[in-house]
Amino acid sequence: MSGSSTRGRLSALLLVAPLFLFLAAFFVWPLVMMISVSVTDGTVRQVMPATAEVIGDWDGTGLPPPEVQQALIADLRAPSEQMAFGDAVRRLNSEVSGFRTLLSRTASAVRDAPAGQPVDLAAVDPRWGEGRYWQALQRAMPNYTDRNLLAAVDLKRDTEGSITADASANRVIMLRTFTIAALVTVLCALIGLPYAMIAAAATGWVRNVMLLAVLLPLWTSLLVRTASWVILLQNEGLINKALIAIGIVDQPLQLIFNRTGVVIAMTHVLLPFMVLPIYSVLLGIPRNLMPAASSLGANRLRAFWHVLLPMALPGVASGALLVFMVALGYYITPALVGGAEDQMISSVIAFFATGTANWGMAGALGLILLVTTTALYLVYGRLSRSPNMVGA
Amino acid sequence: MKATSTLLRIGGAGLALGLMMAGGTASARDLTVVSWGGNYQDAQKKIYFEPFSKKIGKPVLDESWDGGIGVIAAKVKAGVPNWDVVQVETEELELGCADGFYEKIDWSKLGGKDKFLPAAVSDCGVGAIVWSTMLSYDANRLKTPPTSWADFWDVKKFPGKRGFRRGPKYSLEFALMADGVKPEEVYKVLGTPEGVDRAFKKLDELKPHIVWWEAGAQPLSLLASGEVVMSTAYNGRLAGINKTEGKNFQGVWPGSIYAIDSWVILKDSPNAKEAMDFIAFASEPANQSKLPDYIAYGLPNKEAAAMVPAALQKDLPTTQANLTGAIALDGAFWVDNVEELTKRFNAWLAK
Repeated sequence: MSGSSTRGRLSALLLVAPLFLFLAAFFVWPLVMMISVSVTDGTVRQVMPATAEVIGDWDGTGLPPPEVQQALIADLRAPSEQMAFGDAVRRLNSEVSGFRTLLSRTASAVRDAPAGQPVDLAAVDPRWGEGRYWQALQRAMPNYTDRNLLAAVDLKRDTEGSITADASANRVIMLRTFTIAALVTVLCALIGLPYAMIAAAATGWVRNVMLLAVLLPLWTSLLVRTASWVILLQNEGLINKALIAIGIVDQPLQLIFNRTGVVIAMTHVLLPFMVLPIYSVLLGIPRNLMPAASSLGANRLRAFWHVLLPMALPGVASGALLVFMVALGYYITPALVGGAEDQMISSVIAFFATGTANWGMAGALGLILLVTTTALYLVYGRLSRSPNMVGA
Repeated sequence: MKATSTLLRIGGAGLALGLMMAGGTASARDLTVVSWGGNYQDAQKKIYFEPFSKKIGKPVLDESWDGGIGVIAAKVKAGVPNWDVVQVETEELELGCADGFYEKIDWSKLGGKDKFLPAAVSDCGVGAIVWSTMLSYDANRLKTPPTSWADFWDVKKFPGKRGFRRGPKYSLEFALMADGVKPEEVYKVLGTPEGVDRAFKKLDELKPHIVWWEAGAQPLSLLASGEVVMSTAYNGRLAGINKTEGKNFQGVWPGSIYAIDSWVILKDSPNAKEAMDFIAFASEPANQSKLPDYIAYGLPNKEAAAMVPAALQKDLPTTQANLTGAIALDGAFWVDNVEELTKRFNAWLAK
């Protein structure tokens, strides 16, 4: 008896094993990698072990003592793996611009100098006479760093190690990302709920056409849909021409390359994610409920407010969640129809990930986005479960 | 028990099949060449990819990309890259060469370094084209043509919006030129903190009038729809759209910035030998000289450049008349400063 139940449990476990493997490989592992890449450092330590030994004792004021400079020369003289050296250079240059040319110039000067002879670093490049390059070197030595996480929220450590403001705009862009996503979600709900209700109430070809109108854009490339909005919304586009022709406006409205354009295009692109969950919930609601409500004396509005809406809310809730989450990651649409003030955080992440190969910074921004979103999700979960909201 | 073993067997078979497929594709992958897409890649397909494929009797795969050293880094660090030959911009060439992402070029297969423009020669790459970013406008809409970046900034004389590529690269250089810095001194000024401040201050003036673009096709549609009166644009695309769609888009050569794109071979490419042969094929004067027929880019192979008919020469960035007042993109400057300046640029945009 117990043997068969163990066997049953085992085969059940094996049946779900692919799911767990999938989750581990495509969800947990990348997440762990993202977190670890944002806090690990030490690429510099790896190629400059001698400098790492001695630079920690330096107090960070003025210029480091001669033994640190000698250690750096020894490290540069020792052959190192080119790709590892490249990682270290990239790390240093992202903190102080110019480290790249400084290090490559110094490395070739040191390697060309006869062995055993001292090299005057300040003579190779006057930048070695500035404290900030040495300080950056010292700060890059530990194996873990909070630098990327701080930079992701516009902070940095100054030379004394205390946290100060940094001249970047990630917080503003992050806030903007959430604002746009929220606005798009609200608009999708306002359009999606009536649409789904009409579609669910309709029958025959009307319903099919309405569903097709939602599904068809979903099968079209995002780029094509965004580009068609450019054609519609531009100053000499269809909408502005029509508005001028019927005399509503004399000057074309600025509908594109600003927030209006982004919100319109994103709402259209994401609408199916709102309509479909609501529609599927509505289909499950018995059709005789509304007549029952009116037979009990409720007018149409009251019946909608007290009967249909509460039952449709789970659909709206899951639709809102879907739209909001997808909207947070939008990148192409704001780039094509938005202005400078409408770029979202994923464009910054993409810059660090593909533009400069600064994966630490990309990971840190991703982590901040993930943490904020998770916090919002928890609040949302609490709210949508509370009976107050459902009961209205 | 039976159920479990069946499951295990299915799982094992699936795994083996997956491994076989993965292994099979890796070892038998054909030469893969990656370029910038659009009508440029269509031209390359006709004059380089297809004839080379015929020559070696094997398929040549082509893909397109949008640049970024992070993409190259990810491919190379993954072990065996799934791309072989890639066309890269100046900074990607310098960064990747310094960091060991590329194979070394065998210059003996190319007939020696002195056959090419000096700026097109590198240990890791061979110049493929010379292209320019320039002030452009629709000559059918603008009766008085703008002639300088100062005109670009003059919203009284030329009312309307301006298109600008989003990012500090090119924006800062052009701003300094508009502020009266001589083209040949732009990078000297930009190398100082005061110079960067000056460029941003100049950009402040124009900020409310700028429509930012990212993809190279965007400025053309912005100009075509009249959304902007002037825009920065790539010279090859301008000449291309004039030819294919009968537009009258003009560019201003003085104050333009030219750059060289290069062919590189990714480190540990399984097709490194064929890749080198491909680059040699694409650099042969007889093949390279066909490119300006399709798209107005300059040719780094001097012999090929000399073979281009005079009628096509006038649109090329490498023609002597067009080089007057133009400067080369300073790859070393951007390699050092792109991260810091992009951070500042984004903050500037957001405020």
